[in-house]
Amino acid sequence: MFNFYLLIGIIFISLLFFIIGHNEAKNIKKINNIKLHSLSHYYGIFVLLASLLPSLGMYFIFTIGDDLLFASLIQNYVPIEVVNSEDYNFTIVLAQIKNSVEGLIFGTPDQWVTDAAEVWKSWVYQSQILTSISCIFTAIISGFLGYRKINHKFRSRNAVEKIVMSILAVSSIIAILTTVAIIFSVVFESIRFFALIPYDDFLFGTVWNPQFEGAERAGSGQEGLSQYGAIPLFAGTFLISIIALCVSVPIGLFSAIYLSEYATSKERAFFKPLLEILAGIPTVVYGFFAALTVAPFLRSSGSVLGLDVASESALAAGLVMGIMIIPFISSLSDDVINAVPQSLRDAGYGLGSTKNETVMKIVLPAALPGVVASIILAVSRAVGETMIVVMAAGLAANLTANPLEAVTTVTSQIVTILVGDQEFESAKTLSAFALALTLIIITLGMNFYALHIVKKYREQYE
Amino acid sequence: MNKKRITPLEATNTVKKSIVKRRSKDNRLKLYGRIAIGLAVCFLLFLFYSIFTKGYPGFFQYYVTLDINFDRDRIDPQGDLSDNSLFDGEASKIVNESLFSIIEPKGRKAKKQAKKIVSSGKDVRIAKMVKNNPSLFGTITKVKFALDDDIDSFLRGYIKRETPESERRISDKVIGFVDKLNQDGRITYEFSDYILKGSASGNPEMAGIKGAFIGSMLTLSICLLISFPLGVATAVYLEEIAKKNRITEFIEVNINNLAAVPSVVFGIMGLAIFISIFGMPRSIPLVGGMVLALMTLPTIIISSRAAIRAVPPSVRDAAYGIGASKLQVIFHHVIPLAMPGMLTGTIIGMAQALGETAPLLMIGMVAFIVDIPNSVMDPGTVLPVQIFMWADFAERMFIQKTSAAIIVLLGFLISMNAFAVYLRKKLERRW
Repeated sequence: MFNFYLLIGIIFISLLFFIIGHNEAKNIKKINNIKLHSLSHYYGIFVLLASLLPSLGMYFIFTIGDDLLFASLIQNYVPIEVVNSEDYNFTIVLAQIKNSVEGLIFGTPDQWVTDAAEVWKSWVYQSQILTSISCIFTAIISGFLGYRKINHKFRSRNAVEKIVMSILAVSSIIAILTTVAIIFSVVFESIRFFALIPYDDFLFGTVWNPQFEGAERAGSGQEGLSQYGAIPLFAGTFLISIIALCVSVPIGLFSAIYLSEYATSKERAFFKPLLEILAGIPTVVYGFFAALTVAPFLRSSGSVLGLDVASESALAAGLVMGIMIIPFISSLSDDVINAVPQSLRDAGYGLGSTKNETVMKIVLPAALPGVVASIILAVSRAVGETMIVVMAAGLAANLTANPLEAVTTVTSQIVTILVGDQEFESAKTLSAFALALTLIIITLGMNFYALHIVKKYREQYE
Repeated sequence: MNKKRITPLEATNTVKKSIVKRRSKDNRLKLYGRIAIGLAVCFLLFLFYSIFTKGYPGFFQYYVTLDINFDRDRIDPQGDLSDNSLFDGEASKIVNESLFSIIEPKGRKAKKQAKKIVSSGKDVRIAKMVKNNPSLFGTITKVKFALDDDIDSFLRGYIKRETPESERRISDKVIGFVDKLNQDGRITYEFSDYILKGSASGNPEMAGIKGAFIGSMLTLSICLLISFPLGVATAVYLEEIAKKNRITEFIEVNINNLAAVPSVVFGIMGLAIFISIFGMPRSIPLVGGMVLALMTLPTIIISSRAAIRAVPPSVRDAAYGIGASKLQVIFHHVIPLAMPGMLTGTIIGMAQALGETAPLLMIGMVAFIVDIPNSVMDPGTVLPVQIFMWADFAERMFIQKTSAAIIVLLGFLISMNAFAVYLRKKLERRW
């Protein structure tokens, strides 16, 4: 709350500066009866930005920096005995102290924890005072400096535009920063994981059985209880994606052909958005549908046929996922088929072929790269899909090709490992990052390839 | 030249014969297309049907009406209506006494079972009533209490009377009590006041979506506050200002890549960067909103760029012609004209963010939180995550409540998307 009020305060000060600057510009104009270089409100905006930007920068440096600074300083308050003890882990100690600061006390903490929390609290208090003084001071000083610059010769519009341009440029860098952040967060943890587990064990191992290190130690020094062979996860992902494709490719493709070649424009305007609703339904709803409607249905119809269907089966998850990705295939393929030049169709009709022959022998082959691209995009969607498999496919890492059994996927393992409390040092937690890395590589690779195909294909007809 | 020559008559006959086959092939393809669309629409309808039939009863539940003697000395022993005083009071005991006077249980065991008929939220309900309306003290008023979820399931017919007692969740004795209450006309089936106003709870009869709904709104507003300005600024920069060079190309590639990254990866990034490195607390809407903002950013950027591109160059040229600067052209002409398209993209992005679950699981918004979040820094959960959590619970009543929550979520998504379509139709200009 304190931070919020400080932010409001800074904004308030800079708004005051806007009024001051605006009035000053008007006064210069009136008293000296001369023309200003820019419209008077540009002077106000200039002073506002002069006051706001430096103080905002100050504010963010302080609010982000203080926690990191405190964390490094508090190390001095941890007693030597604790640091030297065998299971010393600074992250856990830090969490203990922070909990104590927030008043979340479990059991009776050691005296030094309470002491460190007291020190921390006093730091927070001091830093709040320091932050507010320095932010407000910066806002006033830099606003005043901006105000001093106002005179009839000053080109405030150019100055303001320069600032706004750079703000726009900086915000476009956020996209790069996000990518960097994703890669940074995944790659570094993955490297730590591969330091513990060799990468060929991970990529080619056939048993996935992650255990927490603590459990390993408790098992009387038994090493190698955990196994991180990701093949069953890849196989499960693959199996579910194949089932999903068996549902979505025929339905999506035939819908696309019908919509683009046979349907009247009214039908098209009605059915295309209707199919797209399927892509807009939240995945958690599909997951619920798969787990509570489709899976029991498959189970009961399986028992009628004498088949033993697991209550969480790859089939249920795959079927529902197939429904979800229908629009990815139908809409994209429809666009691609529409993009085939009319002259090709006319040529076909001119030779006396029926619509079927034109579609099958001329239009579809011409549109094939785009159709393939749409299917690849749909697969990449299916591979990255999480909630349906978490809720309906189960967690058992079976290496099986039987769609009636429970399988698990890369995404559902990431979720099960990372949801809840985790110790960042253990191989189990780190394995989720390695899985995420493979997931990113697979989906981005497919995406690149699909876009490449579309691009190449588009050039052919332009 | 020993190839057999055919006469024109033979040729027409061959074509005539084959044309039937070719036409029927044509019709078959048309039929396959219709079947495919029909199947897809059927899936959609079936999905909605199954959610609605399951979820509609979730908005209702069974209540029992009891005569409550609002005795101030017993409910509010300290007489100051404070939480402590109401907590010390004997509200549950009063409710039980009123219940016992009707069903007259014999013996301690019977009494113990009878107590469980009324939901355990009864004392909270009385405390709330007297707080809102202290004039109730000293009166005897009829009050409706929710029934326990097992009784509710029994009344709905999910727990059958015919099942042997040992396999049933409720005993014969309790069924007898419920019958007695029913004969008195004290049990009613009406719109639940918990589903929309209640918060997360382990007792299905008291569970509601208010906390998750407010969490969703807080998360979504953070997401909007971050992603809309950033997305529009990026789109304007890339379309109007930046020269086409290596850097802008790199930015474009990045944006397209981000759109393809699976959502769960954004959650991992949030966990590793915001929580682990910046040390922000878990489970708060602020972090959730930031993660979702990064996720929806590509959607907003791509649609905003399309909207900016649709503004004809003549508008810009006219503005330049009367002496506007580049930024004046952008801010006074291009952005206002492109705004409907930008807003459409933003609303669609927000709808995506509202339905997103996986990244929020990663940053710990799955915690069981009873309190309704007051600010973006309070731990909270969101609607889809609440649905995910409820779907895991075993109690029968949670299935209905989950479906009811899904109906609310879908209602919001559909109205957001409908609004986007409306905006596009009404405001977007054709040039």
